[in-house]
Amino acid sequence: MAAEATLNNENSNSKPWGGGVSPFGISWGKMMMWFFLVSDAFTFSSLIIAYGAFRHRHTQVWPTANDVFTHFPFVHEHLPLAYVGLMTFILIMSSVTMVLAVDAGHRRDNRGVAIWLGLTVIGGFMFVGSQAWEWYNFITGTPKGALITNMGEVYRFPENAPSLHGGAHGHTAIPDWALISPDHKVISDKAEVERIKSISKPIKGANLVNNEYGHPLFADFFFFITGFHGFHVFSGVVINLIIFFNVLSGVYVRRGHYEHIEKTGLYWHFVDLVWVFVFTFFYLV
Amino acid sequence: MSEHHNHEMHGYYTGDIHNQFVPEHYDPKNRSVIWKTFWILLFITIGEVAIAFTSLSKELLMVIFIVLTIVKAYFIVAFFMHLKHEKLSLAYCILLPFILIVYLIAMSLTEANYLNLWDLIFK
Repeated sequence: MAAEATLNNENSNSKPWGGGVSPFGISWGKMMMWFFLVSDAFTFSSLIIAYGAFRHRHTQVWPTANDVFTHFPFVHEHLPLAYVGLMTFILIMSSVTMVLAVDAGHRRDNRGVAIWLGLTVIGGFMFVGSQAWEWYNFITGTPKGALITNMGEVYRFPENAPSLHGGAHGHTAIPDWALISPDHKVISDKAEVERIKSISKPIKGANLVNNEYGHPLFADFFFFITGFHGFHVFSGVVINLIIFFNVLSGVYVRRGHYEHIEKTGLYWHFVDLVWVFVFTFFYLV
Repeated sequence: MSEHHNHEMHGYYTGDIHNQFVPEHYDPKNRSVIWKTFWILLFITIGEVAIAFTSLSKELLMVIFIVLTIVKAYFIVAFFMHLKHEKLSLAYCILLPFILIVYLIAMSLTEANYLNLWDLIFK
């Protein structure tokens, strides 16, 4: 059977669609990985578009990401974008080590593949760990929390809305006892603050029902999309680990090629690609 | 002539049930391309974080961020996933379906903006 297939390949004519050769010039497995990634990209696109649609639907009361993700390990000041920037760097870096592992495979350098793949696995674990920390901070919330009225509207305290202080948007001092309305306006009328407090109860952190940073749909989409992405990263780390042990035990030396590394590499870069979009639409825009 | 023939035949048999011949063209310059791509992605990301704190208008920032995201996606797909070096027919098979995504974006956001406007007027 194998000999017959080999014969067919050697006797095939030079036309790409003439039979006997892959019209795309790539292996069957790699082509199927590409088509799986197209379908997976459609799934992620649908999720991010749904997020975009609900954000446009509730644009006035949508939380500002720079007020939500402000934590950085061992730093007590608000540092928006710093931690997620670091996470993006870790994932890009692990994409580079993955593509270097594929490159080493083309050179049939088993040791090189093992080293670069090992570094990719470490990068993947670092990213999953960072995401767990990000979730932990989002779920526990700020020390003071926020107020939720009996109508379900979330009023935040000024200290939890650093984007309204100073920065590029003026230096108006906000009094400590003021509240920030769901549509990001400062309420400094004492009677109005008391009225809101009388119909509110405190909430803390974010979950699938309540979100102290604002609209609950923000938290729902954040958990679902970053969770789905994190699950992809975790699967990628597990697959990379299996491949890594295959490399160490010489499976691909015996097989004579490293096509397997290329296929998992495509998946790993796809995970990086999705994060580029999540980073933009959840943190930057 | 013989060198050309060798180049054509370079590759491997997959060894699975299809035992397909896969042509391979290894280029030693690949590694410098990989590191160049890395620096481009890193500088774009740092630039994005930096301009997020400038006083540019939100609408302008949104356009810049989306354009830069597509640039980053191009570099990842073209150079890390090697799509630039695959056959054009494969690239079309992979990229053309995303026209449907453009349509879905336009449709969903139009509907969402309309519902938002409805609330502003009638609530």
